[in-house]
Amino acid sequence: MSTIAPVDTRRLLTAEPADSLPVLSLEALLALAEESGLTGRGGAGFPTAIKLRAVAEGGTAPVVVGNAMEGEPLSRKDAVLLTRAPHLVVEGLALVGRALRARETVLAIGPEINPAAAEAAARVGRVRVARLEGGFVAGQESALVNQLDGRPAVPRDPLVRITTKGVDGRPTLVLNAETLAQLALAARHGAAWFRLAGTEEDPGTSLFSISGAVERSGVVEAARGSRLRDVLAAAVPVDPVAVLVGGYHGAWLPASQLDTRLTARELRPWGAAVGAGVLYVLGRDLCPIRAAAAIATYLADESAAQCGPCVNGLPRMADALQRLADRVPDPGLPHEIDRMRLLVVGRGACAHPDGTARMVASTMRVFEDHVTRHLAGHCEIEGARR
Amino acid sequence: MSRLHVDWTRCDGHGACAELVPELLASDEWGFPVSRTGERDPEVPAYLAEHAEHAVRSCPLMALSRV
Amino acid sequence: MTEALWALGRGTGIVALVMFTITLVLGIVTRSGRSVGGLGRFGVADVHRTAALTGVGLVAVHVGSLLFDPYAQLHLVDLVFPFLGSYRPLYLGLGTLAVDLLAVVTVVSLLRHRVGPRVFKSVHWLTYLLWPVALVHALGTGTDATSVWMTGLAAACFTAVTAAVGWRLLPAFEDRGRQRTPRKVS
Repeated sequence: MSTIAPVDTRRLLTAEPADSLPVLSLEALLALAEESGLTGRGGAGFPTAIKLRAVAEGGTAPVVVGNAMEGEPLSRKDAVLLTRAPHLVVEGLALVGRALRARETVLAIGPEINPAAAEAAARVGRVRVARLEGGFVAGQESALVNQLDGRPAVPRDPLVRITTKGVDGRPTLVLNAETLAQLALAARHGAAWFRLAGTEEDPGTSLFSISGAVERSGVVEAARGSRLRDVLAAAVPVDPVAVLVGGYHGAWLPASQLDTRLTARELRPWGAAVGAGVLYVLGRDLCPIRAAAAIATYLADESAAQCGPCVNGLPRMADALQRLADRVPDPGLPHEIDRMRLLVVGRGACAHPDGTARMVASTMRVFEDHVTRHLAGHCEIEGARR
Repeated sequence: MSRLHVDWTRCDGHGACAELVPELLASDEWGFPVSRTGERDPEVPAYLAEHAEHAVRSCPLMALSRV
Repeated sequence: MTEALWALGRGTGIVALVMFTITLVLGIVTRSGRSVGGLGRFGVADVHRTAALTGVGLVAVHVGSLLFDPYAQLHLVDLVFPFLGSYRPLYLGLGTLAVDLLAVVTVVSLLRHRVGPRVFKSVHWLTYLLWPVALVHALGTGTDATSVWMTGLAAACFTAVTAAVGWRLLPAFEDRGRQRTPRKVS
């Protein structure tokens, strides 16, 4: 049996600026994207090659946008990437822009991102930096396109894909900042190198933002498909009860499941996905229902308020969850939460209601015993008081 | 095969659509359409095609389309 | 012959006014999200549209018959440019204005799926200007204005529109009769 040398996964955060910006033909870029098996690091995990191809077939000169909006409050990776290695993101943008003969290449940064480093790097790559308004939904692809068009940062009807008609009516490719950085690295070192880390189905590394009941919160880079326990190790979790995998639109994994690999297959039974790599550790001193209710309330407030089911259903669902957290003696609360959850799924222009529903459903399932105790008026974390 | 698509950025829960194709759409408590087929965009069977067209024309906000 | 044309012109004008009154009132009922008389919400919208198109047809006959009636002294230019007419130029001019507004509203409404909801909505607001202009035109140009039945009809139309607009402005009108959080429309 041969020993496998550990693969160095410190790729993104230790990359030095390149001497010159790489140039690839469209065919070469598509081949690279396909062979490397790169998937989006912004949350949807869509194969980058497919997105590139869709825009390439557009006909008109497209617009390429790097998404560094960092809409999720628990996410820090865009900020870290654009401070430590902005040149990589710009390299990726320039690479894609040139291959697609883009009309415009834009790096969209949210208010949490330090503009100075981004603007300095962008000058080298002749990339325009757009400093945009933030908000949870502002990073959604079509909301981003709307903002770049000078309209309010709310999503569009997904019927017409932005890869067909986006910024300025042109085919638009929106790629997460990390996806672009990974693509730049793959261009430098090759698809085979890229695949040395990670798994067969999900190769490469990615950035994880860790927060909550940990000694050191921050961003780590780890191989795709690593065990949750290993990714969390550097942050030193303190008495974890559960981990919210995938951020506010994610799902809970109980602490007993820390050996789960962060792959689509192993996370699916929990209704979870890696998403944008946000991992929130729930400790012993915070009631999980309370935590979920706070998240649900935040998400309800962050609704774009465009779509009826979302603007009506999310506050009702969050309210019911708050009452459950407060141990209001209403046996109808779980049913009301469930009813609202089913009323919002699939009924909106974006996945905001679906993601919120996912987190709430996971809470009710994973913390079922807490729910039961709350309905009986008890919470071992918040004490005997009502 | 066609489907009824709701543009949620336009829909204001007027409710004409649910009246015209009640087999495919119901109204929730706020007036917004709910698909009754379990699909996000319900498929329109041939015998309902005309009613579906009527529903598309009747939406005062042009939020309904047949795709 | 000229008397027949004049009568046709007057008649179609008056009925058109009634049609547009129905159109406006039902337009407000459509916006309210409520059903009237068992029509259903879709029925209200349908009758609103039918009344409008009927009104347009009547206006076409109204204008056409008056064009051919020498007594009316109407010329083609009077169909587009207001206040150039010979017969009661001010009130006739309002009629021209009404026809111009009606043409814009009708074309945009028929093409609403092409122009999109924003353009459609802003042009549709012109109907709140169109209706009073048409009413004043009818009372000013029409030779029946002083008769009892015409005054009564005009008063009925005015009452209907005022009541509907008054209802439209009430806070209770909002949210289409449902208890709900308002959407933010951009």
